[in-house]
Amino acid sequence: MLEVDALSAGYGHVSVLHRISLRVAAGQSVCLIGANGAGKTTLLRCLAGLLRPSSGRILVEGNDIAGRSASARLDFGVTLVPEGRRVFAPMSVRENLEMGAFRRLWPRRDRRVEADMDAVFDMFPRLRERLNQPAGLLSGGEQQMLAIGRALMSRPRLLLLDEPSMGLAPRVVQDIFAIIRRLNQQGISILLAEQNANMALQSAAWGYVIAEGEIVREAESTSLAHDPIVRTAYLGL
Amino acid sequence: MTTTILQLLVAGVGTGSIYALIALGFNVVFKSTGAMNFAQGEWVVMGGMISALLFAATSNIGLACALAVVIVIMAGIASERLVIWPLRRPNTLLITLVSIGLAICTRSLVMLVLGKKPVGYPGFSQVSTLVLGGVAVQTQTLWIIGLTLAFLLAMHLFFERSMLGKALRAAAADRDAAAIVGVRVETTVMLSFAIAAFAGALAGAIITPLTLSSYDQGAMFGFKGFSAAMLGGVGSLPGAVVGGLALGLLEAFGSFYISSDFKDAIAFTVLLLILFARPSGLLGRADVIKV
Ligand SMILES: Nc1ncnc2c1ncn2[C@@H]1O[C@H](COP(=O)(O)OP(=O)(O)OP(=O)(O)O)[C@@H](O)[C@H]1O
Ligand SMILES: [Mg+2]
Repeated sequence: MLEVDALSAGYGHVSVLHRISLRVAAGQSVCLIGANGAGKTTLLRCLAGLLRPSSGRILVEGNDIAGRSASARLDFGVTLVPEGRRVFAPMSVRENLEMGAFRRLWPRRDRRVEADMDAVFDMFPRLRERLNQPAGLLSGGEQQMLAIGRALMSRPRLLLLDEPSMGLAPRVVQDIFAIIRRLNQQGISILLAEQNANMALQSAAWGYVIAEGEIVREAESTSLAHDPIVRTAYLGL
Repeated sequence: MTTTILQLLVAGVGTGSIYALIALGFNVVFKSTGAMNFAQGEWVVMGGMISALLFAATSNIGLACALAVVIVIMAGIASERLVIWPLRRPNTLLITLVSIGLAICTRSLVMLVLGKKPVGYPGFSQVSTLVLGGVAVQTQTLWIIGLTLAFLLAMHLFFERSMLGKALRAAAADRDAAAIVGVRVETTVMLSFAIAAFAGALAGAIITPLTLSSYDQGAMFGFKGFSAAMLGGVGSLPGAVVGGLALGLLEAFGSFYISSDFKDAIAFTVLLLILFARPSGLLGRADVIKV
């Protein structure tokens, strides 16, 4: 599904990512764990087209999309659920979901959008109850649900999730991860960046460890969870 | 007594409509860029002066004004592409400064191309005044109020109902998030300039039969619209309407009951008072954000 090859990127003259390579097979669930400032967000922003990499390739189903605009990435089935949720605060829940389907509603209207919105509401019944409320008034957990729902409205084949557990109560984190596993079971490939390594390794099949802009380890999640270095540095054991 | 008050009311709502249109232009650009666009007043002048030129050529007021508005919209788009877009990810101070330069250039160009003489054309109706219930009303004022209402309604529908309007609101709320869902954010900035030019040109085209139009009025229009926007709440579209009408009415009543010499100082006084007392404006509030 996704193949990242020697990707480097940074901000201005500060380089942050150094020749990152990673793979997400079709239908696979992969997590990317790393401490504060390791470069997880920077990598996902490159993948979503918000940041131009300085070198390297991003292949999606064999197409190099590194030079494509953010909106073109959606056509390749790649959608980001950004760090900090970033819902459109003054707009209603319904409008946020419509915006998620923007490419399918403008300039031509895809009639299946309504049904997809119903599917999102079936997944997150709380959102249906708050249909006409401004998104900024939702709780943190509800906003995260909305951010995921908004991403689903573009019918992604690869969902990039940047710290969906951030700032949420443990109960809510459990719910969110359950949803992510369900989406993966429905066939959506997942790349999940998390500081919460424990939860991430439980829900993904494969894991990468990123430190100071480099991939320092990769393995099946179960064996990564038993790796002594990962256990001390990221699991606090 | 009551006729005077009614007459002032109608006149105030008329001028207030013009201020509301200009303030709306300020607010639309502010929402998409976070900056004040000081070329806004020049588009009002262009709307009036180009209408006059085209009226002289075609003798058809409706056609002349419609064409003039289209031309000014294109000028608004060209302005954005030429001076704002090349800045890439500019900060708001830079956009504001550049817009002042744009205003000065636009004024010089208008003076060179369209001349220094004030120009005008007759009102949209043959009859210039109507007596309604004992109150004499200029028909052009009614046109101003009616066309402004129609424009505001169209804008409301555009922003609330159309996907493009929603994309503009989304980009104003969060640029990155809008890019993530596939909105081309630079295009929304261009569109906001087009809308602002539309509002300004319309204001110029409908006010000119009452006031004439000359190349040097842009700063005054800009200042009045800016004050109205501040009064209503910067970035709030209903605020533009409330601020515009409030300023128009204050001017009408103030210049009658205090002194007509005082008319232009009213906007300045209002601006100062609002900056001291309620910087977010009458309808302004912090955006709904919860982290
Ligand atoms: N806009 C920016 N401009 C300059 N440097 C930045 C910017 N954003 C991030 N950085 C730097 O890039 C590095 C990687 O940051 P990044 O946000 O990708 O880390 P992260 O792994 O997502 O961290 P966290 O877990 O805290 O979200 C950090 O050193 C950070 O200071
Ligand atoms: Mg991050």
